[in-house]
Amino acid sequence: MKTTNDTQFDLWEVFIQSKPGLPHIHAGNVHASDAKMALQNARDTYTRRGEGTSIWVVPSANIRASNPDDHEMLFDPSNEKMFRHPTFYTMPEGAKNI
Amino acid sequence: METKNELYKYCLRLGDDALILGHRLSELCSKAPFLEEDLALTNISLDMIGRAQAFLKYASELSDNFITEDDIAYRRPENEYYNHLITEQPNGDFAHTIVRQFFVSVFEYHFFEALTKSKDKSLAAIASKTVKEVKYHMEHATDWVVRLGDGTEESHRRMQIAIEDLWMYTGEFFEMDYVDDILLSAGIAVDKSLIKEKWMKEIIKPLEEATLILPAYTHMQTGSKKGIHTECLGHILSEMQYLQRAYPDAKW
Repeated sequence: MKTTNDTQFDLWEVFIQSKPGLPHIHAGNVHASDAKMALQNARDTYTRRGEGTSIWVVPSANIRASNPDDHEMLFDPSNEKMFRHPTFYTMPEGAKNI
Repeated sequence: METKNELYKYCLRLGDDALILGHRLSELCSKAPFLEEDLALTNISLDMIGRAQAFLKYASELSDNFITEDDIAYRRPENEYYNHLITEQPNGDFAHTIVRQFFVSVFEYHFFEALTKSKDKSLAAIASKTVKEVKYHMEHATDWVVRLGDGTEESHRRMQIAIEDLWMYTGEFFEMDYVDDILLSAGIAVDKSLIKEKWMKEIIKPLEEATLILPAYTHMQTGSKKGIHTECLGHILSEMQYLQRAYPDAKW
């Protein structure tokens, strides 16, 4: 996704894990010339207020995104399938973290 | 405490290093080569200003006068500052900023690692916190040394000039005077002669990798332990102390 007049370093996508065991969540992106710089820049940009316990960086060029034109085909069919939502169960009393 | 006066001075030296280099780096805020580096450098600046606060606060507690860390930071004249001369050198181009940080951070890493074993509990506590921060500063600077030294012809040229310009300020790191000697025999201070070899070993490796060479000259600048500075410090202080001098005790 590089344009010809972009003089900055390559883009890297940044994923931050806030606590051990939780998934790494997309936080944004940084410019960097290599993976090590990408990790450092991600640390300085996204974890300065104690947000993270682990960082992943991935070259943005390696991300494959779904095509917006396929939106109806990919996502609309799931709209009418209410039975896929676990909303028909009654919560046992005292159950936490469901 | 018999060593109180020496300890006070020791705290000023450590606090001033962090305060002055922290201020220097803060001058780069919004002016670094690119956004992410701007954040990285100001982050390092904040680490250092926080460290300055810790050391100067401890100094204010040791002082016989009723002064705060702010009084110490903003109301001393130039010849009562004891930061290493290298910390007051201008940011210059990015190569100068990086080489200065590289020389300082490698030294500070080993210095504070040793200071964690100080018999003075307060110094040891500040050192434990600092050593984690400085490890990152060192890694950040070292990576840039290799990247730029072994980068383009232009980046290599600029790095070599920065090394030539700043090398003369590195001898001060290992100077010991009566303050160091008295506190060392009390188990409080760091024996800097033991750090020199480690420092040299650790700067040579990345420099070699970066195809950079150390200057041929051996003359080293000195003076900061006596409050004698390069012309750069006065300019920093005039900006840094302006508010306190124009509006004493200003609050906001």
